[in-house]
This record gives sequence, C-alpha cells and structure tokens, in this order.
Amino acid sequence: MKRVVLAALLGAALAAQAETPEQILASYEAQARTRAPGFAGFSATRGQQFFSARHGSEWSCASCHGAPPTGQGKHAKTGKAIAALAPAAGSERFTDPAKTEKWFKRNCNDVLSRACTAQEKGDVLAYLLRSAR
Amino acid sequence: MRPVLLGVLLALPALSLAHDVPRVPPNPTYQAECGSCHVAYPPRLLPAQAWDRIMARLERHFGSDASVDEPTKRELSAFLSRNAGRRAAPAGEEPRITQTAWFVKEHRRANMRNPADCAACHSTLKGQ
Repeated sequence: MKRVVLAALLGAALAAQAETPEQILASYEAQARTRAPGFAGFSATRGQQFFSARHGSEWSCASCHGAPPTGQGKHAKTGKAIAALAPAAGSERFTDPAKTEKWFKRNCNDVLSRACTAQEKGDVLAYLLRSAR
Repeated sequence: MRPVLLGVLLALPALSLAHDVPRVPPNPTYQAECGSCHVAYPPRLLPAQAWDRIMARLERHFGSDASVDEPTKRELSAFLSRNAGRRAAPAGEEPRITQTAWFVKEHRRANMRNPADCAACHSTLKGQ
C-alpha cells in the first residue's frame, strides 16, 4: 500500500515537471504579454535569424547547435557532440522548464552577453518547433 | 606494410586511459552538468584545490557561462573533492588539466588539434 502511495506521489511530481515544448512556448508567451505591451506573437522567421546571427560575440546559437538544428551539433570549443536541439529530432528537448531556463541563461550569456527576453526565447522555440527532422 | 602495422600496435596502448585514470563511480549530475559541453573529465586529473578554484567561477568558465544552482554546485563540489587527485595544481585562476605535468608528459608525442577534445583520440570517451 505504502509503495503505491509513494509511486503515485512520485508520478505526480514527475508530471509537474514534464511539459511539452508547446506548453513551454505558452509560458514564454504569457511572460512576453506581461512584459512587452506591444507583443504581437512569436515568429519562427525572426527566431531563425536570431539563432544564426552573431550578436557581437564570437558565437551564434548555430555555432554549437548547427543550422538547421535538426542534426547533431558540435561544441565550438571542445568538439563535444551535442544532441540535436529541435524537438522533432528527439522527444526530450524542451520538456523540462527548469532545464530549458538553465540553458537559455548560460547560452544567452555566451552569445549575447546578457539574458534573453521572453520574446527572443519564444521566437527561437517557434523556429525550433517548425524545424522538422 | 610491416612498419605501419607495428606503428598501429604501438599506438594502441598509448591511447588507453586505463592505467592512468582509474574509474570512479559515474555521477549523473556531473555527467549532465559538466559532460554536456566537454568530456566529463575524470576528477582525479586535478587536485581538490584546483577544482575549488574552477567551481568558484562557473559563470565565467573558460570563457563560457556554466553556472549551476546552489544545490547542484554543492553536489558537484563534493563529488570532485571526494575523487580529486593529489598531484600539484597548475597555477592560475583557472587551472587547466592540459597544463598539469601529467598531461604534458603523457601527450608529449601526441598531435592534438584540440587538447580539450579527448574523444578525438580516446575513442572509449566518445559520448561521455
């Protein structure tokens, strides 16, 4: 009996963490609406440009994740293989909001020397969701 | 033909890590947090105080932001100290494994395009 309760609790905890990329996109949309009054939706095209552009630093997102980001990437400095970023290429991408935020924090600092806005994150995710395998 | 074969046979043990780097029980957090961008370098390759210096500035980690949250940082620091080596630490704010006497000696004849990319030659480290 106890085990069943434990399993149910564990299941509930996991369910709270696991989301779909579309749910994560929706949470960025909610953020963008409150922070940018003129918010007019996300754009995959704008996301693609953002992803490929070097924003004054040495790297773009594509430097490590490749373009299109549907295949295996390669770390620009260490050469380490990076699993494909587009959700279409692997079911685990953008299913954990905390992990998604952790990597946006790290990588936006590397590429833009600042945090990304909800608009920018949403545009990039819209682009990644549009990228089929 | 024969010298080539001999060369290949001689090269094989040279690329093995087995006699220098004993296995430590794999730590999933270390693999995930550190092993996403580079090989999860065996903790034994640096002494504890060198790992401390690295962990103290993860947000500026060799030119990249590798920051983690506090609980993760504590877990990683504990894992690294527990399994750290005892050889002397390289100097500098960011100690590099490639600047340890051990690394320099072991790789003195290696032709490395990128010393951070262990898996380029050590095929057993592919995907780690």
